[in-house]
Amino acid sequence: MWSRTPNARRSGERHGVNGTGRVPVHAQKGRGRVKYRRALLVLGLIGAVALVAALSIVAASGAGTTSASRGSATIPAPKVPNAKAIRKKYGGQSITFVGDSVGNGHVRDTALATRFTHDTGIKVTVQPHPAASDQAYADLVRAFSSKSSSIDVAMIDVVWPGAFAPYLVDLKPKLGKQAKLHLASIVANDTIKGKLVAMPWFGDYGILYYRTDLLRKYGYKAPPKTWSQLFSMAAKIQAGERKTNPTFSGFVFQGNAYEGLTCDSLEWLSSVGAGHIIDNGKVTINNAKARTILDAFRKQIGKITPQGVTTYQEDQTEGAFDNGNAAFARNWPYQYGIGAGAGSKVKGKFSVTVLPHGSGGHSVGTVGGWQLAVSKFSKHKGAAIEFVRYMTSPAVEKFDAISNSNVPTIVSVAKNKAVVKANPYLKPAIASVPRVTRPAKFLGARYNEASKVIYQGINQILTGTPASQVLPQIKSRLQQIMK
Amino acid sequence: MSSVATPAPVSRRRRRRRTKLQRRQVRLAWLLLLPALAVVAFVALYPLGKTIYQSFTNQEFLALQPTKWVGLDNYHQLIHDTIFRDSVVLTIKFTVITVSFEFVLGLIIALVVNSHFTGRGIMRAIMLVPWAIPTVVAAKMWAWMLNDTYGVVNDLGMRTHILSHPHAWLATPSTVLLSACAVDIWKTTPFVALLLLAGMQVIPNDLYEAASVDGANQLQQFWRITLPLLRPAILVTLIFRTLDALRVFDVFQVLFGYRLGAQSMAVVNQSTIVLDGHVGYGAAMSVAIFLIISLFVVIYVTFVRVSEQ
Repeated sequence: MWSRTPNARRSGERHGVNGTGRVPVHAQKGRGRVKYRRALLVLGLIGAVALVAALSIVAASGAGTTSASRGSATIPAPKVPNAKAIRKKYGGQSITFVGDSVGNGHVRDTALATRFTHDTGIKVTVQPHPAASDQAYADLVRAFSSKSSSIDVAMIDVVWPGAFAPYLVDLKPKLGKQAKLHLASIVANDTIKGKLVAMPWFGDYGILYYRTDLLRKYGYKAPPKTWSQLFSMAAKIQAGERKTNPTFSGFVFQGNAYEGLTCDSLEWLSSVGAGHIIDNGKVTINNAKARTILDAFRKQIGKITPQGVTTYQEDQTEGAFDNGNAAFARNWPYQYGIGAGAGSKVKGKFSVTVLPHGSGGHSVGTVGGWQLAVSKFSKHKGAAIEFVRYMTSPAVEKFDAISNSNVPTIVSVAKNKAVVKANPYLKPAIASVPRVTRPAKFLGARYNEASKVIYQGINQILTGTPASQVLPQIKSRLQQIMK
Repeated sequence: MSSVATPAPVSRRRRRRRTKLQRRQVRLAWLLLLPALAVVAFVALYPLGKTIYQSFTNQEFLALQPTKWVGLDNYHQLIHDTIFRDSVVLTIKFTVITVSFEFVLGLIIALVVNSHFTGRGIMRAIMLVPWAIPTVVAAKMWAWMLNDTYGVVNDLGMRTHILSHPHAWLATPSTVLLSACAVDIWKTTPFVALLLLAGMQVIPNDLYEAASVDGANQLQQFWRITLPLLRPAILVTLIFRTLDALRVFDVFQVLFGYRLGAQSMAVVNQSTIVLDGHVGYGAAMSVAIFLIISLFVVIYVTFVRVSEQ
């Protein structure tokens, strides 16, 4: 379009200059060329548009395949108790639930919401939050600070209740009785200044996934107990497996600069006795044991891990392990269900255990886990609370534990035989491992910023900068934030 | 109209005593301009003014204390912010590299598609494909291509023996800048070519004809006719691209997230406001970025003025 007119004129001019005076013939020829060119241009544009559309679709669907296609909800979502009374009171109202996006989380949320809508007549719109939890946090911050009523129920991380408490409804009057079924420590975490601002939904702790078949093949009787055992076993298995699978790696974890790396590195640090980043209100991360373990991890990057592990989040970790491209993986329990599910290449070939530790420490797992909260700005608080009541009920937790291998927060569900059978990480030997918590209580509303300092610094170490250069910086930045 | 246009020296008293018609015309002119001025004030001046105002406060998302005026505190803190400083250096490097490559490649492409050959229409349409793809999608595609385990770049490099072992392009600090530049050059060269092509098409053809009659060869025609007459288009292109490259966000955010040493100015700014919740400090950062970009504009505009004289 932008070229046709001047060019047509120019070619006409050229005919005038070079021609021999037989104008009609040239004019005809010129018009023919313009028509031909226009057809070509239209064709080209159509082709370009089609190509762009195709590429965009490929990109969009490619992004979704990691989680959505492996949906494994094998049992139906449980019925809503007392549905008739709820329908009478709130039927016809609509609420929005900002829910899960990692693993099969969104599939589960949609299944449960559909059931809830079917039983009660309350319409639930499920909106998955960003997969990186610090981004999910930022989204909620914006919604709450603009007093938006677009969110009714939100899924919030175990480290957030302190920051969000002023914007959340006190659930104690209506759900206080149900809260007594849940683990007391998590309920205490979700109670801010006497108000129950969120209901425990599912728990999380870091565990080690390992390939039982490969351990046997390379002559190991048991999974590694210490980090150095893990490193040497991973190296040996990788060297052997690389011969047939060039993309095989010994060990994968969450090394990207995001919230997950704060969780992973807290496990490395406290499992060697290097403290918990912040202890008793003081920044303790800059110590000799921390330098040793972090440098040890730095030296393993690209050696027993993919070089790109410093860009991995949970989904990439799970993908590498479940496609049979890793011997060991650190991840949350949700990966168990996917690995044991239909689309997995390691079904029946893997098991889980506690994470390794160093000589001066013992195995730990970072506490993760998610709560459900109701926004103060919601226009349908009653309906929203009924939805939370359903979602945090024993029946739903059992459903979630069996179909998605999430850790129940209700004690009786965690001990249920069917649940333990589906989720071996609930066996006492693994489930009783000491838990470590991220330093949220010292940071309150500034937790997200502090965590960014931690994960950016650790990521910098993993990508090649010695810990002795980075840790003093992390320390001074954290002190700045805590001032 | 004609009396307004005459440039006769008018005394202040006479100017005040305009005719009725003149006054009415002036009033009408203001009335017609008003909607446009209101829109400009609303979408450009108000946000800019508000950002500058916020940069002198300690405003926070989820604030526990009320927002108060803190004077130059934010700017003082910004000068000592090494993360922001690193991002400024990285962004300027990125800008210099991408703009120069895009300009040279874009010029070559524009010259090619400006000549006459069969299938030129299709060629011009195909040329624009990278530019038509949304940057986030393009960056994601490149992230897969550059992936260390299954990326096509490593695969090709290994097959042709250019690489001895797969390289983690996005994870290694030394290839961060290279990867980001590759994505941007691939995506934006067509845009540069398009702008330069538009400039080439307004150059009158008879100049080339006269030059060939005088015996000038193709190279001489390029240096003596195309390049000098293309100068206005070149300057517009360079200004466009430089400003665009300085405020780059999507390529860096998609490829690297929030990794230290791999953040552009806009990424640091966004994470300060959105992740950390520091609205006031983030506003100061925005003003600093605004000033840095203005500096480049001033340099270009001065250059245009000098070259016009």
